[in-house]
Amino acid sequence: MTFQMKWDTCDDLTNYVLQLGDDALVLGHRLSEWCGHGPILEQDIALSNISLDLIGLARQYYQYAAELIGDDMTEDHIAYLRDVGDFHNHSMMEQPNGHWGDTLVRQCLYDVFHQDYLTALTRSSDQRLAAIAVKALKEVNYHVQFSSEWLIRLGDGTQESHDKVQNSLQDLMTYSAEFFQASKADAWALKQGVGPDVAALKPGWDSRMDTLISQATLSRPAADAAIWQGKEGSHGEFLALLLSEMQSLPRSYPDATW
Amino acid sequence: MVGDDPHGWWACLEGVPDPEIPVISIVELGVVRDIRQGEHGIDVDLSPTYTGCPAMDMMAEDVQKSLAEKTGQQVQVHLVIDPPWTTDWLSESTKDKLRAYGIAPPVGSTSDKRELFGPPAQVSCPKCQSAQTERVSAFGSTACKSLYRCLDCQEPFDYFKCH
Repeated sequence: MTFQMKWDTCDDLTNYVLQLGDDALVLGHRLSEWCGHGPILEQDIALSNISLDLIGLARQYYQYAAELIGDDMTEDHIAYLRDVGDFHNHSMMEQPNGHWGDTLVRQCLYDVFHQDYLTALTRSSDQRLAAIAVKALKEVNYHVQFSSEWLIRLGDGTQESHDKVQNSLQDLMTYSAEFFQASKADAWALKQGVGPDVAALKPGWDSRMDTLISQATLSRPAADAAIWQGKEGSHGEFLALLLSEMQSLPRSYPDATW
Repeated sequence: MVGDDPHGWWACLEGVPDPEIPVISIVELGVVRDIRQGEHGIDVDLSPTYTGCPAMDMMAEDVQKSLAEKTGQQVQVHLVIDPPWTTDWLSESTKDKLRAYGIAPPVGSTSDKRELFGPPAQVSCPKCQSAQTERVSAFGSTACKSLYRCLDCQEPFDYFKCH
């Protein structure tokens, strides 16, 4: 395939599906970086499993987007041959893994949101997206349980683990504001009955996070209004570095096959 | 040659083992949802267990190869996610085979919400049948399993999650 796929040449539904897929791929790739580096074998396997679920989910969205685009478009092209500005994931997804506590705080903040988001997406007027949401929700339920347990274990653990995850929460909470700020694609999806009203998901998320944070004996930092614009394609350097690693093989050997 | 006999098609796929749990077939696993005569050969619907299950591509290849060899027809495999695969589709005899292989089969039904939001399932050890077991990790060697340990015979074992 020689043509370069660009965000601004796709229709609204395709862009919305790509935004959903980009979250799953970028976070799935981030978690895969833990493979072989987990603190103990079981936790290494747990993050690899969650990574696999998310990459599987990204494939579902990208396969759908590829069908919408037509012209021999493939899921691999979407994942490997787009540039950083064409990715529309939440900025939180691309944040580096940091230490175990950083990774689990990022995961917990997102999992709780993701679970509510998918629950709403099961009612999408788009049958394909509704089916993907039903399927994914069964897996994301495990993710929420895992990351919530870890938030509590680390927060309510030793003084050192408590202080470390309090700092992680301080750093990462600010990115959560973007969850509830509608992107152009979100606004289109809401109008069409295809996607949920993200602003309406905030009270439920706030209340669930407050409960978890208090169970973890942590205090909740303020999240200022979103200044992050990942869902509009504006990213810091982290995503560019992630993509340069993830895409290096297909870009160096464009026709490589298994 | 099984030819165009639908019973023969199902029998053929009953001979295709799950790549990761070879004691059960992909039909017993519940992933084969439909086999039918299409315009350009045989169409097979496969339902992925987990969206990221790395064994799915291998299963699709195995289905294609074995049916094509048996029938001489072209075979198209379609992955369908609606309705989503569930362990409720495993039969009692399939669960017995899992147990005999050393994997504890799913306990209860997915309609029981305690599976996800309550304490870990009470799973019996597939080796010594003791009920004194504990969950080591919710995530195991494959997406569909959790890791458990028997407190009596000390044996670690896989539990096929209720999903």
